[in-house]
Amino acid sequence: MITIKKAKAGEALKDAVEKISGVDLRVCLQCRKCSSGCPVAKLTKSRPSEIMRRLHLNAGNELLESDILWMCVSCETCSARCPMGIDVAGVMDALRKLALSRGASKQEGNVPLFNKAFLKTVEVFGRTYEMAMITAYKLGTGKLMNDTEKFPTMLRKGKISLLPSLGGDRKTVKRIFKKTKQNKGAGI
Amino acid sequence: MKYAYYPGCSAESTARDMHQSTLAVAAALGIEMIEPKGWTCCGATAGHQTDRVLAAALPAANLVKIKDMGLDCVVNCAACYNRMKVANHEIATESEIRRDVSDAIGRDYDGSVKIRHFIEVLLEDVGLEKISSAIKQPLKGLKVACYYGCLLVRPPKVVNFDDPENPKSLDKLVKAIGGEAIEWPYKVECCGGGLSLSRTDVVVNLTDSILGMAKSSGADCIAVSCPMCQVNLDLRQQDIKKETGRDYQIPVVYITQLLGLGLGISSKKLGFNKLMVPASNVLEKVEVSRNG
Repeated sequence: MITIKKAKAGEALKDAVEKISGVDLRVCLQCRKCSSGCPVAKLTKSRPSEIMRRLHLNAGNELLESDILWMCVSCETCSARCPMGIDVAGVMDALRKLALSRGASKQEGNVPLFNKAFLKTVEVFGRTYEMAMITAYKLGTGKLMNDTEKFPTMLRKGKISLLPSLGGDRKTVKRIFKKTKQNKGAGI
Repeated sequence: MKYAYYPGCSAESTARDMHQSTLAVAAALGIEMIEPKGWTCCGATAGHQTDRVLAAALPAANLVKIKDMGLDCVVNCAACYNRMKVANHEIATESEIRRDVSDAIGRDYDGSVKIRHFIEVLLEDVGLEKISSAIKQPLKGLKVACYYGCLLVRPPKVVNFDDPENPKSLDKLVKAIGGEAIEWPYKVECCGGGLSLSRTDVVVNLTDSILGMAKSSGADCIAVSCPMCQVNLDLRQQDIKKETGRDYQIPVVYITQLLGLGLGISSKKLGFNKLMVPASNVLEKVEVSRNG
């Protein structure tokens, strides 16, 4: 059985999620196909079908603390298999954006920090620069030693470059980021 | 056959082997690949999890350059392929996105460039018959688990690549090279994709299941076409061993590397030395094939 806290006035997520994702949450028939196919549902506290139901029942900001938001791998299996054609992965995207804009608490692993580190290198260099991205991410999480044992082999095999690639049209990329910031793009 | 080839950022780092083998195979089959000058990052998962316009504008900055070249765009990285197809679809169908993207990149772009995966070019433009007749070193007896992952096949309505639940494109290529494409159920299960660094625990759990299924299905190696799948399945085998004691030692190779071997290209040129789990069992088959 699903019990929810009634959302405080102005905090209900349903309308905001529908607006961002373009999904009509009312058509979900709770068949749970999304949860059956979800590769991370075995690891999360709440499953996709449960998130859909909670939204339908007018859940508030507490839903933005759900661990599945940042464990969802964006594989889109849920969307591909939904018999009602609901873009469940689009709902997850919308919830992540709302979690950022409404200041939900940080989750383990800190995916937003990773995304920021990744996009920062794209903004500066025009292409991904893994050394800078990994360093920025690791400094942010404080877990400096994770995966470091693999670095020497990856460098030797040329799987990681010491220097950034500078052949890209950096001017256009900088313009894209500037415009996105002007339009208050979430999280950058 | 002439295309604009978008390599993607991982072609310059974790997936140099994919890039090298793609170009070597293309040259051997008479496919001309021209890199668009000044190509930039597609934004990948980070872009798409952050902002819709950003996620469409980053691919569009490249697509508008390719439009000027007057060629179809060929991509071999499944992640770039996916982002470009989704961006194109949104720009072509939603006028608001087209307006905002055009404003961001400083030029109007209509979403009209045709985006092809390199596998589609191989199957549709070159054709299996021509590929089979070009094979010099058949990989006889090699059992291959073809792994498609997510980004090649989903969302099905937008990417429109093969059957989204039981795709066969890679399997067909493996058969053309003389190998055996095994039947197994995890062709389109997710490896954890972009969470490799931020949620390594999730990626280790998912890759453990996929590798375990490939092993128990009798695969000698796994063939992929996505740099993220390759890195997760190859690199994380040492973490799985550390955490669970399971030591799979299954080589995870790009389909272009296998095809290149079949076409008689040297393993060095195809980047086999870059794999974390060595593909010695695959290379042995080639030796046997070469020595008759």
